[in-house]
Amino acid sequence: MKLKELTHKRELLTGGHRLCAGCGASIAVRQVLLAAPEDVNIVVANPTGCLEVSTTIYPYTAWRTSYIHSAFENVASTLSGVESAYRSLHRQGKIKDDYHFIAFGGDGGTYDIGFQALSGALERGHRMLYVCYNNEAYMNTGIQRSGATSLGAWTTTSPVGSQIPGKSQNRKDLTSIVAAHGIPYVAQASISHWRDLVNKTAKALSVDGPSFINVLSPCHRGWRFPMEQTIELAKLGVQSCVWPLYEVEDGEYTLNFKAKNKKPLEEYIKNQGRFAHLMKEENREIKDKLQEHVDKEWHRLLRKCGETAEV
Amino acid sequence: MTITKSAAVVGTDAVAEAMRQIEPDVVAAYPITPQTAIVETFATMVANGEVNTEMVNVESEHSALSACIGAAGGGARVMTCTSSQGLALMWEMLYIASGLRLPIVMPNVNRTLSAPINIHCDHSDSMGARDSGWIQLYSENSQEAYENTIQAARIAENKEVLLPAMVLLDGFIISHGTERVDFYEDEKVRNFVGEYQPPYTMLDPENPITVGAFDGLYGYFFEFKRAQEEAMKNALKVVKEVGEEFGEKFGKNYGYFETYQLEDAEVALIALGSGAGTTRAAVQQLREEGLKVGMLKLRLFRPFPAEELVKALSHVPVIGVLDRSLTFSGGPGGPVWQEIRSAFYDAENKPQIVSFAYGLGGRDFSPQQAKEAGRMLVEGNFPEGTCYLGLKEEDN
Ligand SMILES: Cc1ncc(C[n+]2csc(CCOP(=O)(O)OP(=O)(O)O)c2C)c(N)n1
Ligand code: SF4
Ligand SMILES: [Mg+2]
Repeated sequence: MKLKELTHKRELLTGGHRLCAGCGASIAVRQVLLAAPEDVNIVVANPTGCLEVSTTIYPYTAWRTSYIHSAFENVASTLSGVESAYRSLHRQGKIKDDYHFIAFGGDGGTYDIGFQALSGALERGHRMLYVCYNNEAYMNTGIQRSGATSLGAWTTTSPVGSQIPGKSQNRKDLTSIVAAHGIPYVAQASISHWRDLVNKTAKALSVDGPSFINVLSPCHRGWRFPMEQTIELAKLGVQSCVWPLYEVEDGEYTLNFKAKNKKPLEEYIKNQGRFAHLMKEENREIKDKLQEHVDKEWHRLLRKCGETAEV
Repeated sequence: MTITKSAAVVGTDAVAEAMRQIEPDVVAAYPITPQTAIVETFATMVANGEVNTEMVNVESEHSALSACIGAAGGGARVMTCTSSQGLALMWEMLYIASGLRLPIVMPNVNRTLSAPINIHCDHSDSMGARDSGWIQLYSENSQEAYENTIQAARIAENKEVLLPAMVLLDGFIISHGTERVDFYEDEKVRNFVGEYQPPYTMLDPENPITVGAFDGLYGYFFEFKRAQEEAMKNALKVVKEVGEEFGEKFGKNYGYFETYQLEDAEVALIALGSGAGTTRAAVQQLREEGLKVGMLKLRLFRPFPAEELVKALSHVPVIGVLDRSLTFSGGPGGPVWQEIRSAFYDAENKPQIVSFAYGLGGRDFSPQQAKEAGRMLVEGNFPEGTCYLGLKEEDN
C-alpha cells in the first residue's frame, strides 16, 4: 500500500471531532480505517473513553460508519452482539451486504475493566477486530493509572509522592495474554509505523474470527510532552524496544521491527513529564528496574519469534 | 381451536416455549438458578435447529445485556433472561437499554438478592429495577408467564413505546412447579407477534447511524428522559390494546390487573406474582366464613396503572398490600405499598392502606398467612408500620 493511495481514500473518521490536537488515538483510528477495504461496510464500537466522548457529541457524529457505544467495560460484548445480529440476519437473507466489525478500546477499557468481556468475546470467536488504542492510562477521566501504565510513571492515582514515586507495578503484557486465547491474528503496532499498522489491519480483517491489535498511541496530555512530538515518541517507544512490533499468526510469533541500535530507555522517557522524576539520581533504581523489565520482555519476545541474535 | 397442546410443564419450559415461538434473531444469556433451565432448554432448541436464533453464550449477565444492546442496535429482535444476581449485574445496562430505546424482552425468574445468599423467590431483584425504564409484567403462574412473554414482544416493539420489557415469574414456585399449560399454534403466535421492523439499524449500508452518542455539550439529556417517560405512558395504552387483542385471538383477555370478589368487598388484598393465587384461595375461604374480603392481582407494575387502580378500589375502605420485597426505607412499606399509597394521595376517598411483607427469600406463603392478613383488615387489628407474615419470631 502506497501512502499516496491512502491519501485518496475516503476518511471514515471525519475532521471536526474534539480529540486534542496531536492525539495519538485519532491517528491510530485513521490508519486502521484506511486499511479497511472500501467495498465492505463497517460498524465501529467504542467503550467510554477519550475517543468516544470526542467523536460522538450529540447531535453530531464524526463517524461515517455505523457506530455504537454503550458503556465502559463492555465494548467487546456490545460489538459481539452487533456481529451476532449480522450473522443471524445475514443467514436469514435479511441482509445481503458484507460488514466488518471493529472495536477501538482505550487501554483502560481493554486491559482493566473491559478485560473479561474481551476475553469472552475472543473465546466465542466473533468475527471482529479489536484495536486497543493504548495511551497507557485513563485519559478521559484525567490521567489515572491503568494496567498498561509503566512502572514508575506518574499519573494522578500513581502520583510522585515523597514515599512512593509513581506507579509501583509493571504493566501487564496484554498482547501475549490475548495471543494465549489462540485467536487467528494478534499484533502489536505503533502509530509511528503506519505501513506496518496498515498491513496488520489488512491481515486482521481478512481472518475468519477474532483479531486484536494493540497500538501504541501516545497522549501528550497524559504523558506530558509537546503535542507535535506524538509520532516521534511512538517511534522512540519502538526503537527502545519498550513497544516492540510483532504479530502472532495462528500462534506463530514474528518480529516486525528490529532496531539496528536498540536505544536506551532514557532516550524514550527523558522528554516525557510523566517520567521526569526517574531522571533524578534518587530514583535511579526505579529507572534501572524499568530498563531491566523492558530488556527481559524484549528477550522473551525474541525467543518467541525465533530470533536469537541480540542487537 | 387455537390451543394445540396442553401439557404439564414447569414454568421455565413454558417461557422457553414462548421464546421458541417468538424465535428471536439473537438471544444472549447467562445461566443462574432458577432461570438456568430456560437457557438450557433454549440452547437445545438452537442445537436441534428448531429456531433460527443466533445464541450468544456470554461470559456474564453484564455482557448478556450488552450483547443484546449491540444486537438490537443492529436491528435484530433480541431476548435474554436472568434472575437475581444476574439482574443486579445487569443494572448498569438496564438503564442503557431503555435509554437507547431498544425493545429487548427479558423474562426474569424472581429470586432474592444476596446476602445471605439464597436462591429462592422474592421480588427484590425486579423491584430493585423498577426505575430502570423497563416495562414489568408479573405472572401468577406458568400460563401467564407464557402469555406475558408473547405479549411483551408486541408491547416493547410498538412504535409508540420502544422500551425493553421484563416478564416476571416467581423462582421455583412457578419456574420449577409443574402445571398444566395451554400452548397455542406456532403460526398463530408468530402472526400475533409479527415481523420486527426496527425504526433504526446500524446494519443499513445506505444509512449508517451512531448509537449511544455522548450528550456532552449541548444537553438533550433531559429531553430524552422526558421522552422516555412519555413512552412509558404510551405503554400503558399499548399494554391494554395488546392484552385485548390477545383476548380476541387466544380467548383470554389481559389488562393491568385482575380482581376477585372485589365488587362488594369491604377490605381488599393486593398481590402480584404467585402470591396472588394463594391470596385468591384465602379470599375464597374467608368469603365462606362470611367475611367480605376481595382481592386485586396486579399484573403491570411498570408503567404503573395508578388511575385505574384507584378507580377499581375506590369503594374499598381498607386495603392490604402484600409486598414480597422491602425498601429499607426505615419506615413502613414495600415498593408496591408505596406506589399504591401514592396513587391514592389525590383520591377523594382515601382508604386505609396497610403494609404486609411476606415470603422473603422463599419463605412459604400459605393461605393461612393470607387469611390472617384478611382477618386483620376486617377486624381493623393491624400493627403500626409493616406487618410481617410468617416470620419465625412470635411478635413482629
Ligand atoms: C463502570 C464505569 N467506571 C468508571 C467510568 C469512568 N471512566 C470513563 S472513561 C474512563 C477511563 C478511560 O480510559 P481508557 O480506556 O484508557 O481510554 P482513554 O480515555 O485513555 O482514551 C473511566 C475511568 C465509567 N464510565 N464507567
Ligand atoms: S487527553 Fe490524550 S487521549 Fe485524550 S484526546 Fe487529549 S491527547 Fe487524546
Ligand atoms: Mg487510555
